[in-house]
Amino acid sequence: MDATLVMAEAQEGTVPLAEATLKTLAVARKIGAGPLDIAWTGTSLDPLLGQARTLAGIRRHLVFDDPRLTHPTADVMAALVGDLVRDYSHVLMPGTSFGRDVLPRLAGRVGAPAVSDVLEVLDPRRFKRGLYAGNVHAVVRVPDGVPVLLTVRLASWRPVTAEKEAQPAGIEKREVPADLPTEARFVGLERDASARPDLQSARRVVSGGRSFGSRENFALLEGLADRLNAAIGASRAAVDAGYAPNDLQVGQTGKIIAPELYMAFGISGAIQHLTGIRDAGTIVAVNKDPEAPIFKVADFGLVGDLFEVIPALLAELERQGIAR
Amino acid sequence: MAPMKILVAAKRVVDYSVRVRLTPDRTGIASDGVKMSVNPFDEIALEEALRIRERGEATQVVVATVGPPEAESQIRSLLAMGADRGIHVETGRETAPLEVAHVLFRLVQEIGPGLVILGKQAIDDDCGQTGPMLAALWDRPQATYVSKLTLSEGRVQAVREVDHGLETVELVLPAVITTDLRLNTPRFIKMPDIMKARQKPLEKRPFDGFGLDLPRLTVEAYLPPPEREAGLRLESVAELVTRLHDRGVL
Repeated sequence: MDATLVMAEAQEGTVPLAEATLKTLAVARKIGAGPLDIAWTGTSLDPLLGQARTLAGIRRHLVFDDPRLTHPTADVMAALVGDLVRDYSHVLMPGTSFGRDVLPRLAGRVGAPAVSDVLEVLDPRRFKRGLYAGNVHAVVRVPDGVPVLLTVRLASWRPVTAEKEAQPAGIEKREVPADLPTEARFVGLERDASARPDLQSARRVVSGGRSFGSRENFALLEGLADRLNAAIGASRAAVDAGYAPNDLQVGQTGKIIAPELYMAFGISGAIQHLTGIRDAGTIVAVNKDPEAPIFKVADFGLVGDLFEVIPALLAELERQGIAR
Repeated sequence: MAPMKILVAAKRVVDYSVRVRLTPDRTGIASDGVKMSVNPFDEIALEEALRIRERGEATQVVVATVGPPEAESQIRSLLAMGADRGIHVETGRETAPLEVAHVLFRLVQEIGPGLVILGKQAIDDDCGQTGPMLAALWDRPQATYVSKLTLSEGRVQAVREVDHGLETVELVLPAVITTDLRLNTPRFIKMPDIMKARQKPLEKRPFDGFGLDLPRLTVEAYLPPPEREAGLRLESVAELVTRLHDRGVL
């Protein structure tokens, strides 16, 4: 009998629900293998569950609420749900640092292969995923007779939204065993102080090219990055010109990234640069040159002067009350 | 503290600088004349093991690989880097993370290491599964995506690069560590070390001798990633913001 378990992103009992969880639910719906349960792990989860109840299509919310689960390590998670997952034909986790830590451990325990970073669902046992930093895609099939265990490549999916008409699903508080493993201990979490996300894992990236003309002008991107909670990237030309440091370079010889949103300002779009952003969710190009190759891959293009567009963009975000 | 051994696992992969291409019939990756290397994250794993040994906190570093006969070249370069001995589990076919984890688990049972260190992922299949799978089979704690490692009194403190910052965890040894880019910069190999490495013990074992029969994913097709197509030209910033908002990316 098919049944699907989504293991929610670990989060403290705060709302809103982690987007990673909502995207993983989107994949579960696409797979459509039997009734769908969600396992929530953490502490003081009530506010979270209040929101979770508005999600449609869920059979049960399985709740593991315990102070010892505030920052659960992979061995604790495996001990907690290692038996539970055997009741399911499909187990999904988000492709976050949490999911990528826990899911393969579960797979090892269950003795099944795992599918990392699913970017497309072809049928309940066949999936598309990227190899070689996304330069090759592969269709993989999970053999019959073992459960399907996968992580979701977040940049490829959109979150499900809560529906007011949803039938509230049952909430089942689950017993947390007294003898959880204690050989891994959470010591602390140092949140990024700069508050600006890391280029490699950022959901949004604003990126600049040589058209900025100077290091001082390049700093224009900072206001926008802060407004959008985005990382800053740069073309090779901008790095070579000294406008941005090396580690911000996006492209074949820099970082290959897959943010949900990539905004390129004054970047013409050399093939080496495009290799670095091919898997981005949505690409926006702003360039004075209407013939710039970047427009051939951009979902949205705007021909214009970046020195006018960036301030106008900030004003418009402010006016529409978007982000931050 | 008893003398500690460290097991490092490494994989032969297409060099990171190579632009990979599919074979004309799209049944795999073109490999003729393609430069092969040690998976960069595994090199970082060995470097960390060597530094631990050089600090006197470990006595022996064993490096293991599961791969084709040609992978001897990679394991020799890891011996030249400084590993004390090598184990080459030979197979002519692609192996899956679960299979490699089982092989490593057998080696762990023989060697009895205090630490197993391996890359967070291989840059060919990008799975990132072998480390946690081994930790599960071994029933030992794990720290993945590690950018700093400190040993003390039968424990290891690891700083992990997680989505929202840096997480520190403390593990009781033995434990499994997977490395992230910022953990260290691997040393260069010196010519005399290449010569010396030829004398170091390298044990070869057939993969089939492990008698594994594990479920595996099958690859039904290799595809080039889809070409992106040009989207819409917009007239104004306001329209852009609205469109992005409608798409759910703002």
